[in-house]
Amino acid sequence: MEFLNTKTYEEESIAMSKRVELPPIYKDIEPLLRTERFPTIWCPACGLGLLLKTFAKAIVKSEIPPEKHVVVSGIGCAGRIAGYLRIDGYHVTHGRAIPFATGIKLAKPELEVSVISGDGDILSIGGNHFIHAARRNIDLNVIIINNFIYGMTGGQLGSTTPKGAKTMTSPYGNLEEPFNVPLLAYACGASFVARWTVFHDTQLLNAILKAFEIKGFSVIEVLSPCTIFAERNNLKMLELIKMLRTRTRVKHDAPLEELMIEPDKPIILGNFIERREKPSFERSTLDIIKKLRGE
Amino acid sequence: MINLRRAFLTGNEAIAEGALVAGCNFYVGYPITPSSEIMHYMARELPKRGGVFFQAEDEIATINIAIGASWGGARVMTATSGPGFSLMQEGIGYAIMTETPLVIVNVMRVGPATGQATKSAQGDLMQARWGRHGDQVAPVLAPESPQECIELVIKAFAISEELRVPVIVLIDEFIAHMREVVEIPSEVRIPIRRRPKDPSETPFGSPDPRVAPPMPPLGEGYYVLVTGSTHNELGYRDTRSFETHFKLAKRLWNKVWLNIDKLFEYEAWGIEDSEIGFVTFGSTSRSVRRACKLLRSKGIKAGYVRLKTLWPLKLDPIVELSEKSRAVIVPELSLGQLVLDVERGIGDSAKIISYGKVGGGEPIYPSELVKLASKVLGK
Repeated sequence: MEFLNTKTYEEESIAMSKRVELPPIYKDIEPLLRTERFPTIWCPACGLGLLLKTFAKAIVKSEIPPEKHVVVSGIGCAGRIAGYLRIDGYHVTHGRAIPFATGIKLAKPELEVSVISGDGDILSIGGNHFIHAARRNIDLNVIIINNFIYGMTGGQLGSTTPKGAKTMTSPYGNLEEPFNVPLLAYACGASFVARWTVFHDTQLLNAILKAFEIKGFSVIEVLSPCTIFAERNNLKMLELIKMLRTRTRVKHDAPLEELMIEPDKPIILGNFIERREKPSFERSTLDIIKKLRGE
Repeated sequence: MINLRRAFLTGNEAIAEGALVAGCNFYVGYPITPSSEIMHYMARELPKRGGVFFQAEDEIATINIAIGASWGGARVMTATSGPGFSLMQEGIGYAIMTETPLVIVNVMRVGPATGQATKSAQGDLMQARWGRHGDQVAPVLAPESPQECIELVIKAFAISEELRVPVIVLIDEFIAHMREVVEIPSEVRIPIRRRPKDPSETPFGSPDPRVAPPMPPLGEGYYVLVTGSTHNELGYRDTRSFETHFKLAKRLWNKVWLNIDKLFEYEAWGIEDSEIGFVTFGSTSRSVRRACKLLRSKGIKAGYVRLKTLWPLKLDPIVELSEKSRAVIVPELSLGQLVLDVERGIGDSAKIISYGKVGGGEPIYPSELVKLASKVLGK
């Protein structure tokens, strides 16, 4: 029974991790990464590694100590981000990262709680939680990695798959309209709404810092290339990467209804909405408690 | 000194009072008949005592908010009824896997589906035990009166905090809406969550299978990694190895089953000499008690075993009951679920009669049981 003698995944990855050495430019974020878990599970050329790096940099720059940061992820490739960060991290059931984070924020409002998960996790199976959390304006930083497809499960149609795109479950082209994510977030009441790609690292970093700073529901849609999406649509991965760089235009004041991602049209990026007048939900909850207790 | 305060409460109100006495400081729920009064009570009372009350968008959100809040250090309860309980099952499985303390009250109504929302039933017994996928175990407690609602909710909090496990309290609509005099203790002792003393104490591993691992608090630099995937002692995912999964699944299983002496409670009456026995739980036991007294007054030796803990279950009292009895009757507000345990326990050593009745808010009346017992015994 040779298989019984094989190393566990854990031992294997620890053994492998000995080979992982980060280049000197990553010195600042190295303490925030569980490098013993490297290499990551992500495909070569996947955008998630860039997001991991940018998010870790944002933690460093936030001046909030790492122990006060919490990350909640759902299921899917993006759901693994929590497992590579050396902060308090939760990998929860599919679609439920936002309610889980809501519970944490209400129990410990002093923590900086971020949700990092995929488009399918947050907007399809978790769509109901997304709209209600935005409506309440609870102080969460929601980073939606939009790769236009369900990657981990083999490439199925999602609620952000562009019209006409091919997937395993839309082999003749997607018949559905995808979400216009910034418009949806705004309509539901989010305080901060932005869209960037993983390649716009400075702008994305600044947007994440802004999300940390704003006491309310922040949504950053992060477009990210996925080899599965490229393959299903007869694109070379490099073409997809190039598309996310060359077809994108930065326009902070773009009308939200123009932000739909459509084939052959420019993809608009920017920090679109910033509203600070709405109180955050956990603040209002605490205010009521204080008032009732005469504090 | 513990003072007792008398009050005239419904079962639902008693659940809420019991939770408040047990130090519950976070309630999350979604409205559903016939459990909503628990939510109303907590909405009014909890903020006054410094706790957080929150109404979620559905029961799936509810259970996940509850788990998140528990990891945030809160002592959490939620209450629901059949349809909501069904929606919570995946989350309850996650709470078991991640060893999250939590109390879930299910006020049973007629099902399946929407069924009869305002009518009592006891058909969620098996769901409370086995509703989640995979190998899992969560304790299930079943009070029979408002007084016991207080006592068993307190016990539920104590178990959940000590063993790091979600605990389910199962009542039915009759208990939820019956009003009785209760005595509420002024204070109770609930175990305080243990933190890891040093890095050798892992958050998901324990040398003693009966003892829950310490639970690292959030936001204090423990950098805990929590996942519903199979994980090792440190919380690191391992979705490939047999050893890691088997070790974890068995530890979670044993953590509850090896504590059965602490968890299992029952009431026995007249079983020393009973010629006819009853096995019961929840509101039905009130009719059984009355029926046994009526039967004894007619010269028929009747006895009963009432389960206060439905899971983990010891079959010994049921076996003991069957040793003397010629027949054992299992009355339930369902088509027969508890009867399966009785069959498992006593085999063919006594005649087993399943007496299931459900719908329309019809209780099982003592007179029906008296008639049935007399007929079975030919008296």
